[in-house]
Amino acid sequence: MGLDNIWWVPILPLIGALMNGLFGYRMGKVWTTFWALGTTGLSFAIALLAFGNLVAMPASERVFEKVLFTWVQAGSFTAEAGIQIDPLSGLFMLIVTGVGFLIHVYSVGYMGEEDAYPRYFSYLNLFMFSMLLLVMGNNFLLMFIGWEGVGLCSYLLIGYYYKKDSAADAGKKAFIMNRIGDFGFLLGIMWIFWTLGSIDYTTVFAAAPHSEELMRHTRWGGLTVVTLITLFLFVGATGKSAQIPLYTWLPDAMEGPTPVSALIHAATMVTAGVYMVARCNVLFNMAPVTMVVVAAVGALTAIFAATMGLFQNDIKRVLAYSTVSQLGYMFLACGVGAYVAAVFHVMTHAFFKACLFLGSGSVIHGMSGEQDMRQMGGLKEKMPHTHLTFLISTLAIAGIPIFAGFFSKDEILLSAFMGHTPGHIFYWLLATIAAFVTAFYMFRLYYMTFTGELRAEDHHVRDHVHESPFVMTIPLMILAFLATVGGFLGLPTALVHLPHVLSDFLAPVLNPVAAGAHGEVAEGGHHVSWQMELGFMAFSVAVATLGIFTARYFYKVKPEAAEELARKEGLVHTIYVTVQNKYYVDEIYDYLFTNPIVVFSRKALWKFFDVKIVDGTVNGVANWTMGISGVFRQTETGRVRNYATVMAAGCLVLIWAWIMYL
Amino acid sequence: MEMIPLPQISVGAIAPELTLVAAAMIILMLEVFTISKGRDNLAYVALAAVGVAGYLVIESLGSPMTTFSKMYVVDDFSGFIKLVCLLGAGMTILMSVKYTRDEGIDGGEYYSLLLFATTGMFFMVSGADLITIFLGLETMSISLYALAGYARGRLASNEASIKYFILGALSSAFMLYGMSMIYGAAGVTNLHEIARIIGQNKENIHLVMLGGGLVLIGFAFKISAVPFHMWTPDVYQGAPTPITAFMSAGPKAAAFAAFIRVFSDALISLQYQWWIIVWILAVLTMTVGNLIALSQENIKRMFAYSSIAHAGYILVGFTAGGKLGESAMLFYLLIYTFMNIGAFAIVAIVGQQGEERTSVSDFAGLGYRHPLLGLAMVALLFSLAGIPPTAGFWGKYYLFTAALDQGYVWLAILAALNSVIAVFYYLRVIVVMYMREEKGESLPQNAFPASIVVVILVAIYGSVLLGITPGGYLALAASSSLAH
Amino acid sequence: MMMNNYLMLSAALFVIGAVGVMIRRNVIVVMMCIELMLNAANLSFITFANYRHDMTGHAFVFMVIAVAAAEAAVGLAVVLAMFRNRETVDVDEMNSMKG
Repeated sequence: MGLDNIWWVPILPLIGALMNGLFGYRMGKVWTTFWALGTTGLSFAIALLAFGNLVAMPASERVFEKVLFTWVQAGSFTAEAGIQIDPLSGLFMLIVTGVGFLIHVYSVGYMGEEDAYPRYFSYLNLFMFSMLLLVMGNNFLLMFIGWEGVGLCSYLLIGYYYKKDSAADAGKKAFIMNRIGDFGFLLGIMWIFWTLGSIDYTTVFAAAPHSEELMRHTRWGGLTVVTLITLFLFVGATGKSAQIPLYTWLPDAMEGPTPVSALIHAATMVTAGVYMVARCNVLFNMAPVTMVVVAAVGALTAIFAATMGLFQNDIKRVLAYSTVSQLGYMFLACGVGAYVAAVFHVMTHAFFKACLFLGSGSVIHGMSGEQDMRQMGGLKEKMPHTHLTFLISTLAIAGIPIFAGFFSKDEILLSAFMGHTPGHIFYWLLATIAAFVTAFYMFRLYYMTFTGELRAEDHHVRDHVHESPFVMTIPLMILAFLATVGGFLGLPTALVHLPHVLSDFLAPVLNPVAAGAHGEVAEGGHHVSWQMELGFMAFSVAVATLGIFTARYFYKVKPEAAEELARKEGLVHTIYVTVQNKYYVDEIYDYLFTNPIVVFSRKALWKFFDVKIVDGTVNGVANWTMGISGVFRQTETGRVRNYATVMAAGCLVLIWAWIMYL
Repeated sequence: MEMIPLPQISVGAIAPELTLVAAAMIILMLEVFTISKGRDNLAYVALAAVGVAGYLVIESLGSPMTTFSKMYVVDDFSGFIKLVCLLGAGMTILMSVKYTRDEGIDGGEYYSLLLFATTGMFFMVSGADLITIFLGLETMSISLYALAGYARGRLASNEASIKYFILGALSSAFMLYGMSMIYGAAGVTNLHEIARIIGQNKENIHLVMLGGGLVLIGFAFKISAVPFHMWTPDVYQGAPTPITAFMSAGPKAAAFAAFIRVFSDALISLQYQWWIIVWILAVLTMTVGNLIALSQENIKRMFAYSSIAHAGYILVGFTAGGKLGESAMLFYLLIYTFMNIGAFAIVAIVGQQGEERTSVSDFAGLGYRHPLLGLAMVALLFSLAGIPPTAGFWGKYYLFTAALDQGYVWLAILAALNSVIAVFYYLRVIVVMYMREEKGESLPQNAFPASIVVVILVAIYGSVLLGITPGGYLALAASSSLAH
Repeated sequence: MMMNNYLMLSAALFVIGAVGVMIRRNVIVVMMCIELMLNAANLSFITFANYRHDMTGHAFVFMVIAVAAAEAAVGLAVVLAMFRNRETVDVDEMNSMKG
């Protein structure tokens, strides 16, 4: 199978989505499964073969563009719809189809008893199609179409249990946040087209470094045009990839089915922002101010979300905050120019986080739908496969050597430490603290869930605890395997004298200037001595181990210590309560944005602020908008004489303004 | 004896108009001889006339001419808008067949009035003289007053008609008074001549500005720009659904065409004065339309506010002007006709007899009871909301790019922000269709006659397929713009 | 100057008509007010035509008179339907649709 037929990769899931969406309820579960799994499996197989072909090519020729048709041809504007496969999009394509296929298989077991089984699979396939379009398109508009498409599917799948109010609200919130981001993204794209006259990646990135218009200083604070463009693009990334300040939708998105959380809200869709920034690295490199913003937002999100995950009791919410935090790491890497490290972390994170989510799904399945970790415990013996895979992934996310997360996280930390971006040492410090916190709360989760005594009170739940079927555990094992070995693609070159496979592979896209050079270049252009590299690693491992042992002390060895600490008055207690309440962000948002509205329109408040509190800003804005809508509505009195008066008044104002001022 | 010069008359230039008028009269006569069962056939006579007129318009493309003492101009610009009007008329006729039968208003005058209104639009878009434009506008408006109140027995329809009539006549008076001032300042009514005279001679500039302002108000009323939009929600809600669909497409396109012709031809020398006014109108129109649409319960009313907002987007293109701005407007008017009439066709199906089910909550569970109808509605709503890859997205993209291209950055930003707000109320309908408890029973089998299915298919073609390959239509729109 | 007087009269008639539409509730009177506005415009046309010794203005006025007649015919028909449905000619009572 040559690269010519590559367009089957996105089309196949679309076919599956259409079959299940239109005929799913008529053809029965077996055929639904056939179409869902068949199309994604085949798509993965084709992607794998194509990727093999790509790797076999000489490094400099690894860009394949296939124009499918001329999309628009009007005047000076031409857009061609086509597919571009290069190392970056190829890697993402493989992650999306591979992890996507595994999660489809898992879903067969997990969602087997749902009535709306075809609906679920048609949404999931449609998501795969959109995500593939996003990463494989050859221009910004195709990326935008995919971008909107994944947002839509995410919205539909979060609201899958639409009879539950909280699910419908969470879906709505995700959509609002994403729309804010998309708005910025679209403006960025339009501005790129406006200045460079094209939306095609090849043309844009070739023309950008020579464009004088891009470096022109604007009236807005003297920032260059390219800075503003990249800032707009980054607004899009913060929405889709849940960064400060648009992060609050992701924890709520856990209302969706667990496999969806694994695929969309951990492994693939939320990394679209990272893909976009990496894809536009040429533009971002031209805008140092944006780089500082990206790095700062990434580092702050990493630490902020990590601490918020500390004392959550819902197993999925802990994982959600950890996802936000890990995405922060990826943006930190982008911000310091280490795009390879960012993409590397996207890959390893896809493996271990998908495995963690699916593992938590398996636990929830075994616990008859219970998600509160305080009801769990001692599942190690009852669910051996789930336990083992979960432990591996937890070690990977905590950053313990040989597991995948260690290498990618280490590379990010090193790049931050060695970077050029102003304030990089500070970001490194934040990221290191976040690494400690991550190790702590992940092992807190592990100990609370798998060790000790089963704490469930309901005896039906107690008696019913069981290991999940193989259709669910086999994907777990595959992912755990990948989470173990995935890191070897990017061994630190300074330490072992092996090539940094990933860095070399991605260099033509992410580092065109230094294409062909080795790993050190990608890590911020510094040569790193092996002593330093080793010292760094030792330090990271020490930090992670410290986190693990702290968790072990509080949640395994001496569980009562944690409670005691929480009860004790004083500073520690205050911190504990503050963190447990998510820094009172909700209450602050609530105070700032809701109280004026209570006075303003009590009715609108009751109707539209039924509130999951975290909604803060976004719902606040939505409420204001609805309030204004209500006020404007009053102008339509239904009386024709009033309408005539408004017209006459408009006429007078217009004539007056025209005569007086023009 | 001296020979009297006869005015130059070329019947060929107005062949499409003559076809429509002749068909309208034939329908009136046929109706007398038709038993009530055969009244559907009158619709097909009207449809045939629309088809023939469409053919004649297409034939005339590419060969511009000015005739009737320079009062009437046939060019690609007018041709494009005429095709949009015919498309709207054709789709409306098809969706009316079942509707008028159900409501017991299936008289021949209905279709005659539709054809007369379309003829009025033709005169508006082809008018090269203030007189022609005014006559066309009135022919269209008077037919529409009657059509809005066509469901005589229904109070809402009656109320819509009264409101539309009073405010419409008021706006005509404003416009006429403005025209008299322009005439007073220039001494002519021909658009080219006006442009020439006031371009050379600035002493009556205040009179021209005053007149231009009043004419602008007349057009702003027809395209329902804020604050001259007040009639729109009430009239759209009360009028029979097919007529609402008709009013939201063709008349708007025709009004925009005449607006462009008057302001970028006759009053071009005042361009620096009027763009700021249009800028403000565009922002107000988008914002107010979208904001009020958020809190609507009646779906026809919601679409009325949405159509106000869409007029605002088109005004963005108007502000930008130039070839890009104009072709973006033309393209948007075309796709807007497809998607809006399609959406109203579905509203008419769901509304059933007497339009009893027109609240948003009546769509609950529709996506499961009628999957294909639901899917069609989703596609049309996506297009209206401007979500890619639908045609609606391309339309907005062009309008906003045109604004950026002329340096109206803030206008483009405000427009994009507005299109974000708009997504919510369209999405709300989808949420209700798929995520609310089902209520009510399925639609009867006879709710889907072939005629209305065709309308929906055409609408889907225009809003989805045209989004995937918009190239040809964009090129047509670009070659039809007045500016070069 | 004579022309100014005519124009003033025309403007006054126009404003009286517009104010009438805004304040009168009887729909027949509202229609009369609109008629007044149209005729104000006509007067303005005639004045300018006379001043410029140009026939276009006169032609325009004839057209407007014809249009106004058609408009009145349709308008009265609509009012008739309104009276049948509601037994009133008060426009303020036509406010079932609002918001």
